[in-house]
Amino acid sequence: MLKYITSRLLMLIPVLIGVSILAFSLIHLVPGDPARSILGEKATAAQLEALRNELGLNDPYVVQYGRFLGHILQGDLGKSIQSKESIGVELIQKLPATIELAIFAMVIAIVIGVLAGVIAAVKQYSWFDNISMTVSLFGVSLPIFWLGLMMIWIFSVTFNILPPSGRLTTGVELNTITNFYLLDSILTGNWVALKDAFLHLLMPGIALATIPMAIIARMTRSSMLEVMRQDYIRTANAKGLRKTIIIFQHALKNASLPVLTVVGLQFGLLLGGAVLTESIFSWPGVGRYVYLAVLGRDYPVVQSTILVIAAIFVFVNLITDILYKYLDPRIKYE
Amino acid sequence: MSIEPIPNVEVEQGKVKSTKSRSLGMEALFRLLRSKTSIVGLIIILILMITALFAPLIATHDPTVQSIPNRYQAPSSEHILGTDELGRDIFSRIVFGTRISIQIGLIAVGISMVVGVFLGAVAGYFGKWVDQIVMRFIDIMMAFPSILLAIALVAVLGPNLRNAMIAVGIVGVPQFARIVRSAVLSVKETEFIEAARAIGGKHGRILFGHVLPNSMAPIIVQATLGIGTAILDAAGLSFLGLGAQPPTPEWGAMLSDGRAAIQHAPWVVAFPGLAIFLFVLGFNLFGDGLRDALDPKLKE
Amino acid sequence: MKKRYLFMLLIIVAMILSACGDSTSKSNNKDNGGGEKTLVFGRGADSIQLDPSKVTDGESIYVTNQIYDTLVRYVEENTEVKPALATEWNVTDDGLVWTFQLRDDVKFHDGTDFTAEDVVYNFERWTTSAEFTYYGYMFGASEDDMGGIIEKVEATGDYEVQITLSEPNAPFLQTLAMPPFGIASPDAIEEHGDNYFKNPVGTGPFVFKEWVPDDSITLTKNEDYFGEVAKIDKVIFRVIPDNGARFMELQAGTIDIMEGLNPQDIATAEGDDALQIIRRPSMNVSYMAMNMDKGGPMSDKLVRQAINMAINKDELIALYEGVGKEAKNPIPPSLWGFNDDIEPYAYDVEKAKALLAEAGYADGFDITLHTFSNPRPYMPQPKLAAQAIAEMLKEVNINVEITESDWDTHLATVENGEHDMAFLGWTGDNGDPDNFLYVLLDKDNATVGSAGNIAFYKSDEVHDILKAAQVEMDQDKRTELYLKVQEIIHEDAPWVPIAHTTPPLAAKSSVVDFVPHPTGSEPFNLLDIKK
Repeated sequence: MLKYITSRLLMLIPVLIGVSILAFSLIHLVPGDPARSILGEKATAAQLEALRNELGLNDPYVVQYGRFLGHILQGDLGKSIQSKESIGVELIQKLPATIELAIFAMVIAIVIGVLAGVIAAVKQYSWFDNISMTVSLFGVSLPIFWLGLMMIWIFSVTFNILPPSGRLTTGVELNTITNFYLLDSILTGNWVALKDAFLHLLMPGIALATIPMAIIARMTRSSMLEVMRQDYIRTANAKGLRKTIIIFQHALKNASLPVLTVVGLQFGLLLGGAVLTESIFSWPGVGRYVYLAVLGRDYPVVQSTILVIAAIFVFVNLITDILYKYLDPRIKYE
Repeated sequence: MSIEPIPNVEVEQGKVKSTKSRSLGMEALFRLLRSKTSIVGLIIILILMITALFAPLIATHDPTVQSIPNRYQAPSSEHILGTDELGRDIFSRIVFGTRISIQIGLIAVGISMVVGVFLGAVAGYFGKWVDQIVMRFIDIMMAFPSILLAIALVAVLGPNLRNAMIAVGIVGVPQFARIVRSAVLSVKETEFIEAARAIGGKHGRILFGHVLPNSMAPIIVQATLGIGTAILDAAGLSFLGLGAQPPTPEWGAMLSDGRAAIQHAPWVVAFPGLAIFLFVLGFNLFGDGLRDALDPKLKE
Repeated sequence: MKKRYLFMLLIIVAMILSACGDSTSKSNNKDNGGGEKTLVFGRGADSIQLDPSKVTDGESIYVTNQIYDTLVRYVEENTEVKPALATEWNVTDDGLVWTFQLRDDVKFHDGTDFTAEDVVYNFERWTTSAEFTYYGYMFGASEDDMGGIIEKVEATGDYEVQITLSEPNAPFLQTLAMPPFGIASPDAIEEHGDNYFKNPVGTGPFVFKEWVPDDSITLTKNEDYFGEVAKIDKVIFRVIPDNGARFMELQAGTIDIMEGLNPQDIATAEGDDALQIIRRPSMNVSYMAMNMDKGGPMSDKLVRQAINMAINKDELIALYEGVGKEAKNPIPPSLWGFNDDIEPYAYDVEKAKALLAEAGYADGFDITLHTFSNPRPYMPQPKLAAQAIAEMLKEVNINVEITESDWDTHLATVENGEHDMAFLGWTGDNGDPDNFLYVLLDKDNATVGSAGNIAFYKSDEVHDILKAAQVEMDQDKRTELYLKVQEIIHEDAPWVPIAHTTPPLAAKSSVVDFVPHPTGSEPFNLLDIKK
């Protein structure tokens, strides 16, 4: 097991280096100039040139990349050239916002998706099966930015029952510890903030949950069907065990393995893929952060943040793989 | 969730044992036509194709003609879906937008398919270090957040519809490559390929003449489903202002432009979104049915 | 198992229901809390740095204008100046030596006394690096001469400062009133070093309290302010990037005032008794520049005039939904020196066609128009305006291809002169015509790569007059010169001047005495919140 994990970890290194090269090259190829972006349209040519020198933008690309990689290896993500703030510090603010939203969306997706998948499998070919599987296709067909806007129009504009943007209402005080607002408000016993943060999570959470929910539902259904054909389930049935026990304790447990892979993959995708959702709901997360950095030509932010997101993504996948192998007695690792 | 290839598969349903590809194709078609959802999908796709083909006849107005004094009109008998921020007829713009969406879907998926199939086939067929290099490259692309990759690519190439299609196409490459690779891997070891090799067939001929044709099923399924994804991704890029340039009636751009007026004229946002949804749904329903039909093992 | 799910569902439903019941009350709690008055200001982007000398973005300057004072400040309505840190001043007849008498009763927020030495310290600091953008830009600094036209700044007494210029500079006093030249506490600068930008210390009506990046900045009132002490206790600047979402927050009552209103939402706000629209007086211009540097049709004066005639400004301005007035000159009418005798090119398709035919373009031509995606105060809907103009020019056989890009790409494109036609605009800094005409239309600023003059309009006649006006100290004579320049520019038509906007703010009706300043930045010490 340890050997397997080590070799997988080693394989991540070239991938992450590749990601860093790709990110570096892409952002440097974008036309436009960070110096201009910082100084604005009112700077003179001399000022621009001076700032470019100061930022090291006139160095050869290889030198600039080497400097970036050198800092990363020392654990230093660099400083934003726009805000002058350390990127590590900024990510401590933004990553929890995105992760909290992704976890919230994943919980919705798993609860509803697994439940729908199980029922659909148990009552195969029933109306529930047909409807839920069709609806799940609706889920993967929806443009989520459109869904977000429509929800805002219905729940914020028309009925005014849900907040349209942000993580917390201005004026609601919350002492942050982890920057996960739900967790922080529970830790500090701040129920006003808990409710407020929860309400702010609802719409973006649902918007983000639609696609994974649909995929999980379909995956659960098909792997449940496969498991329920197995001999041991037939045996359990024959022994006259209660149906709910068979379904939840035996079948679901074994059917959950492929579902786990999907969950891991989707969770990773949510982290970097929330750009649209975050921008519609003004969610101060990491997707928006990189997107704005691309627009502002903030090279260090783009490079470091994409690297961090990619690292999280591959680690989440690695962990799901390991869990998969750990949970499934049939698979051997060497 | 990899899709397995299907040559020489024993078809359980209908108790037909078949090893010939023609009857297998008939069997698949039969299954496809029996599935209600794929029929619905097919109907939606046909309607969209007809709309695109006869757009000038179906549209009630010129999609680009403006009438600034008549902007933000609610749906009426004159403008059945209302007018947009420049007084253009939304229905007519959506009708003409069908052409653009079909174009985006086909071109973007075409790019993903050509590049992805080539990379996947080469990696799977030659194996060893070729496989290692190609697959590490694919891993890098997979680890790079896809929407950010598309955004960055468009930012580099310049924001317009052509570049958005290229970006969406590139982002879709890994999916194809992985599917094709695993399909090729399993076909490669079958007897007739080994026979072809034994008689000294050239690699290129074996790969493109024998291996790939026998891996077509998953490629077709992925291409159908990929069209939906490509439309969604391209609409997302347009929504961020990184896609179609005005006054192109691209649905994502229409939605994005109407966004400022959502309190005032929600129809400007609502209808283009519905159009995207229907389009993508059509291809997803059909693609789903296609997968079940071509690979009976996946569906009970 | 079933029961547990049911319970969870119940909790969720209960939470949603209780939220509905609450939505009306949540807006009021902060006004009533112990009688403390808090103003929540909603805006689209966060400040970049709270050191005004190093930034040019409005979002940074808007906040620092509350924290710092300048030697002189603008009066409430326009860009005339009034005493602030300096109580009186005089200038020698040659316009070279300015002497300022300073207040002797001012303390920085960190408790240190404000003296003439502090002014000298600030001026010297501004000449140490190219990062002090506005200093370099207003006073003409370059890498070899970081001081620019300011030769030296000396403390000639505890509360007296003398500034010596190398050449006369007519708008000097107006320039000193710009927020970037706010005087910072030298102690704080030394103490915080590189982190000074997030620990600002000035003498202004509000004291910096907290900054949560991309979320909010909190200021509290300065009880010991030497001017009028603020009526509100606290200001929170909150970032809500999307204009529509920000307006919804205002409707829900979670913010008190906002800038960057979608023009489409103005009618909604006006129909709501709880809300009001406040229009900022105009000191800007939006325009379409025609690149004269590329050869081809744009270098022909007749073509440029024809394009001016082919554009129906009434319809174009309608897209501004009431926040803009048609422009005929590069400078806004609120500025002195505005030439009101100029007759704008009237909308006349036939005449435009005739001119194009005369120029040899009867069959029209293909051309690009570059625009940008994010609205700016002088141009609330750039994408729509581009499409409208493209449609209008089709009438005279000019086929326009629109390229919309993000702001940074757009700036890079137009400064490099890659466009045929491009949108841009300008908000005045100090209320001087020079700040529009020289920056935007002088040949000095038509350098490819860093152009302010993106029409690449290189008239020697205009250049000579503008240069003469810069060193002329008599305002009547300067007015004459600027009137003349506007005539020449009108005739040469390097631009289609589009509009001068009055950027709207929306506020709760309870916000009173909020007087928006044309420069886009007003101190909050005079406004109040009615209970």
